[in-house]
Amino acid sequence: MFDLLKKLTGIVGVSGNEEEIREAIKEEIKDCVDEVKVDALGNLIAVKKGKGKKIMVAAHMDEIGIMVTYIDDNGFLRFSAIGGVSRYDSIGQRVKFKNGVVGAVYYEEKLDDIKNLQLSKMYIDIGAKSKEEAKNMVQVGDVACFVGDTVLQGDTVISKALDNRSGCFVVVKAIKELKETDNEIYFVFTVQEEVGLRGARTAAFSINPDIAIAVDVTMTGDTPESHPMEVKCGGGPAIKIKDRSVLCHPEVRRLLEESAKRINIPYQLEILEAGGSDPGSIHLTAGGIPSGAISIPVRYVHSPVETASMSDINNAVRLLVEAIC
Amino acid sequence: MLIKELTELNGVSGNEDEVREFIKKEAEKYADEITEDSMGNLICYKKGTSSKYRVMLSAHMDEVGFMVTGYEDSMLKFASIGGIDERILPGKRVLVGEKRIPGVIGSKPIHLQEKAERGNNIKQKNMYIDIGAEKKEEAEKLAPLGEYIAFHSLYTEFGDGCIKAKALDDRIGCAILLEILKETYQFDLYVCFTVQEEIGLRGAGVAAFRVNPDIAIVVEGTTCSDVPGAREHEYSTVMGQGAALTIMDRTSYPNKKLVEFMCKTAQNRNIPVQYKQTTTGGNDAGKIQLTRDGVVVASVSVPCRYIHSPVSVMKREDYESCLKLVKAVLDEFGSDENLIESFCV
Repeated sequence: MFDLLKKLTGIVGVSGNEEEIREAIKEEIKDCVDEVKVDALGNLIAVKKGKGKKIMVAAHMDEIGIMVTYIDDNGFLRFSAIGGVSRYDSIGQRVKFKNGVVGAVYYEEKLDDIKNLQLSKMYIDIGAKSKEEAKNMVQVGDVACFVGDTVLQGDTVISKALDNRSGCFVVVKAIKELKETDNEIYFVFTVQEEVGLRGARTAAFSINPDIAIAVDVTMTGDTPESHPMEVKCGGGPAIKIKDRSVLCHPEVRRLLEESAKRINIPYQLEILEAGGSDPGSIHLTAGGIPSGAISIPVRYVHSPVETASMSDINNAVRLLVEAIC
Repeated sequence: MLIKELTELNGVSGNEDEVREFIKKEAEKYADEITEDSMGNLICYKKGTSSKYRVMLSAHMDEVGFMVTGYEDSMLKFASIGGIDERILPGKRVLVGEKRIPGVIGSKPIHLQEKAERGNNIKQKNMYIDIGAEKKEEAEKLAPLGEYIAFHSLYTEFGDGCIKAKALDDRIGCAILLEILKETYQFDLYVCFTVQEEIGLRGAGVAAFRVNPDIAIVVEGTTCSDVPGAREHEYSTVMGQGAALTIMDRTSYPNKKLVEFMCKTAQNRNIPVQYKQTTTGGNDAGKIQLTRDGVVVASVSVPCRYIHSPVSVMKREDYESCLKLVKAVLDEFGSDENLIESFCV
């Protein structure tokens, strides 16, 4: 179980650069579904055929990261954020490029007040001595993710990219553990969620399902002095009621709640005040698609030390299987 | 002179009629079929000779400007349409409405300003447009509520191949696409002149839905900040260094294979090309990419300094590089049947 999660979280797959993670997921699931395709944006769509209800399950594959925008004469890199990168969380972190090059993120020393920190005053040091040397290591336009090893400690997982490789893990496991059903299920591993819920929109348009269920992460309110929120790590998977991008369809919420009760797993209700997720674009696509989500409670979302409970993740798998079969 | 004619037309977002009529007249000479959709996008279709693909090119016709929102005595109060830095406004010349009534943007004279006021930028709400009217009634008659207002700025050539004009964003793209229309290609070509880009990329998505292309290239005028006060890593593009390809911006992450292919094509044919260094801003590619089940997109731009102002500045050679690059890429699309498909994963 943990090995697969570790494999998925370890891959560099920044928004718009999902090639490797897509291949890894494809390898895992291709023998368990009837058809696998990739669309123009790069969404991976796996179909389990049937004559019943048409269900779309979506988990985004991408993660936040950075893109190199400029290389200076001394070999330092300037960069842009891809997705919601915190400037403060980034200081002192390592980033890793697809080719394995690692860099240290730091900021210009002349900065008088840390409050004035902007990305344009930060840089990445890859140890190059000159522009030429740096250019042999990375190019303008190359992307890197933050480094954060995946560790299991008791029931707790600490890792980068639990947002949303933990969701990908849940969907991959659900595909493997699928029960007998007549439903036609489209498992979509979407792209570019972190930069504006983009992949889910085009995938939903082409599938045009009866209902959609996303699997993603949510924030929690269980850390010292945290913003109040009725979700905690280890309290079971959360069933989304709303976030900034969507008010979940009551039928989908009911389906998920009833499924959780039927298999007797703990669950929580999620009201997320910040952030959006794939159902935000799915529910407004085509003629409107009833949408909802199963969310894995994760602390410190968008940092390299995202923290979750393995039992929540495993219960999310059971909940998803029960809901779609 | 196409660039002069196009930039001296007024077409503030939502009021693109003048520009559309001009482009239509030009395009009619070369297109097989021209459709004007319900939003006002102009879709010029050019039948291909063989290929099964549908290629969309897109440039927006609209420009930033203003609208009359009220009156203060004989002066007009106004709102911006599109992103305009209000600090550049005082002292600028404008043209109001179809009749092009001349006006100037005014504000309280400096000697009447309080000390505290002098230290701050004048807010747009404290500015007005003076059209020389004596009474409110006269102003209302000359410039009714809701009337569109455009910057007044004549096309001027100066320096070594520099051009100053308003609305280079994106009449320069319109000029390039009108040139492209003159030739025939293997594939079906849809050259789209879109509306309302400056207020939220509104026309392009609708046009793309109708065209349903396999691939789309957006041709733009983009920011150029190679000026004093900016550090080199903050330059978005550099004037004179050629067509600018977008790697990523706020609205789209163009197809990487296509962008790389366009860059290589430029290099192979000795066409000056550069990558846009900053990732802020957005353009029609964002909407087109997400239309229907997804479209392979790229955007290529002419660098324009002082964009969204009446004195945008570009270099003619960048326009030529951009035109050459679009032509070269279309040429490559035509010579290899499977090329377009190869950009999809």
